[in-house]
Amino acid sequence: MEDKHLERIIYIRKIKSVLFLGIATLTALYGIVWLAWILLDVIINGIKFLNLTLFLEDPTPPGIEGGGLKHAFIGHFIITGIATLIGIPVGIGAGVFFAEYGRHSVFVKALRSITDVIVSFPSIVIGTLVYALLVKPVGHFMGISGSVALALLMIPVVAITTDEILKLVPNSLREAGFALGAYRWQVIKDISLTAAKRGILTGIILGIARISGETAPLLFTAFNNSFTTTNPLQPMASLTVTIFQYAMGPYEEWHSQAWAASLVLTFGALLFFILAKTLIHSRTRYG
Amino acid sequence: MFLKVKKKELIETSVKTSLGAFSLFVGLIFPVVTLCVLVFEALPALEKFGILKFLTGKTWDPVAEVFSALPAITGTLLITFIASIIALPVSVGIAVFISELSPRALKPVFTTAVELLGAIPSIIYGMWGLFVIAPLMAEYVEPFLQETFNSVPVIGKLFEGVPTGVDALTSSFVLSIMIIPFMSAIVKDSFEMTPTLLKEACYGLGATKWEVVKDVIIPYSLPGILGGTVLSVGRALGETMAVAFLTGNVHQIPTSLLEPLTTITVAIANEFTEADSDLYLSSLYYLALILFVLSFGLLMIARFLILERLGKKWKTNI
Repeated sequence: MEDKHLERIIYIRKIKSVLFLGIATLTALYGIVWLAWILLDVIINGIKFLNLTLFLEDPTPPGIEGGGLKHAFIGHFIITGIATLIGIPVGIGAGVFFAEYGRHSVFVKALRSITDVIVSFPSIVIGTLVYALLVKPVGHFMGISGSVALALLMIPVVAITTDEILKLVPNSLREAGFALGAYRWQVIKDISLTAAKRGILTGIILGIARISGETAPLLFTAFNNSFTTTNPLQPMASLTVTIFQYAMGPYEEWHSQAWAASLVLTFGALLFFILAKTLIHSRTRYG
Repeated sequence: MFLKVKKKELIETSVKTSLGAFSLFVGLIFPVVTLCVLVFEALPALEKFGILKFLTGKTWDPVAEVFSALPAITGTLLITFIASIIALPVSVGIAVFISELSPRALKPVFTTAVELLGAIPSIIYGMWGLFVIAPLMAEYVEPFLQETFNSVPVIGKLFEGVPTGVDALTSSFVLSIMIIPFMSAIVKDSFEMTPTLLKEACYGLGATKWEVVKDVIIPYSLPGILGGTVLSVGRALGETMAVAFLTGNVHQIPTSLLEPLTTITVAIANEFTEADSDLYLSSLYYLALILFVLSFGLLMIARFLILERLGKKWKTNI
């Protein structure tokens, strides 16, 4: 009687375990299903309209067949490029300071914590900030102000990853440098940064991946343009803002071109992300 | 020789100062300037409507130039709340699966898959939601929910209205998919911080795997789950493009989940370039200021109260 009772309890516990762990497995599948669904939709709808004209031609007025998104591709490239050029030095510089100079300072630690918070900052607020600082005084939208907004988004990401990576470089290496009479900047340049260059590169790529898919900060900084321009002082189209405009628009062709642009954008962003991941995992030592 | 040393010292000072300036810029000047600019730009609206009236008023009328934030704030909080409610159990489930159940060889595959979900640009979520999810919701899911809960007293009210697919339900649903990767990554990390010793002790007492998860791992990593949730909520508050297509941008306080609404971010994104009067633009800055304070406060809480204490706990316990 007693034995049977015990057996039953154990049986129930086992069933319970299988049941709940089964639910956990289902949630994992749930995540995978959405990933597959989004990617498949983007591929299926995008690939139909993915052709050379998309990259090589300016858009035609709505209602007229053909045309491409050359202006958006070029604009996106320029805006992201300038943002990267501004963002990398400032981001790495701040990260190096956090890790190398500010290790024992409470003030610098507080700065680092705030930077950590800014990483998750609402990007649209940064758009409004840059609008007030750069667009309003000048009087018109500019590609470069979009770059500044994106750079402001990128700097905290690069700073935090640089700091994290530099913390992994063993202190004994630095001390060896100091023992040889090197100055701090020499130790940073020849020891810390050299040891951590792969990890810092990862941070840069993650930063680019982060900003390359951003729309909100560009809406009222770089704005949009229906023509190709390479002048960053002009309003400039970007892939993301163009997708926003085209998807919201009433024309069937706009929707298809938005899908095609989404395909390019998604796989661009995922490619950057995977590249960064591979770099981390194939690291030799301190990243 | 002396000159050389002098030169090197000079470089040392200049490197230190410039790097210090960079970090001061990121960690202090940038957020402070943001706050100042937002306050300055919001001043006209701040003077006209005051704080309490702006926060509690329900009108958003660009023609009459009467603006208030309650609908946008409610919308933001509502969508974020529902999205988190959906995302939390799923994220915990995914974390349990990846850290405890999946075969070792498949672990990186699942981890990467979830991370990829987080790397997809948010505008893609928005567009996909508009073209794929919204029609499905309008056609099948929402009528089904209406029929099912029609006679249930309170819940039935939640699903009243015409199912259009562009509403609170769809917005929060798409937002929940967006925050799952972020949330589950933090939960998974804190799960993996549970000392193996504790788990083995529990197994040694004859516990099943589920009992180990329920009684050891989850209680142990509760601060991490909490911190991850608050961080994700902080992020979801500021999310713009994923919901920009799906809310309908109607300044009203929804009485059912099937009504269109607006959020702070969506209102700014849609109306900023159309704002034709100074007061209109200023009111949008006022909204941005509210969003700034909300999300900065929330992220700070997550960072200092929860994650910081968590870090210390981990360090002392292991």
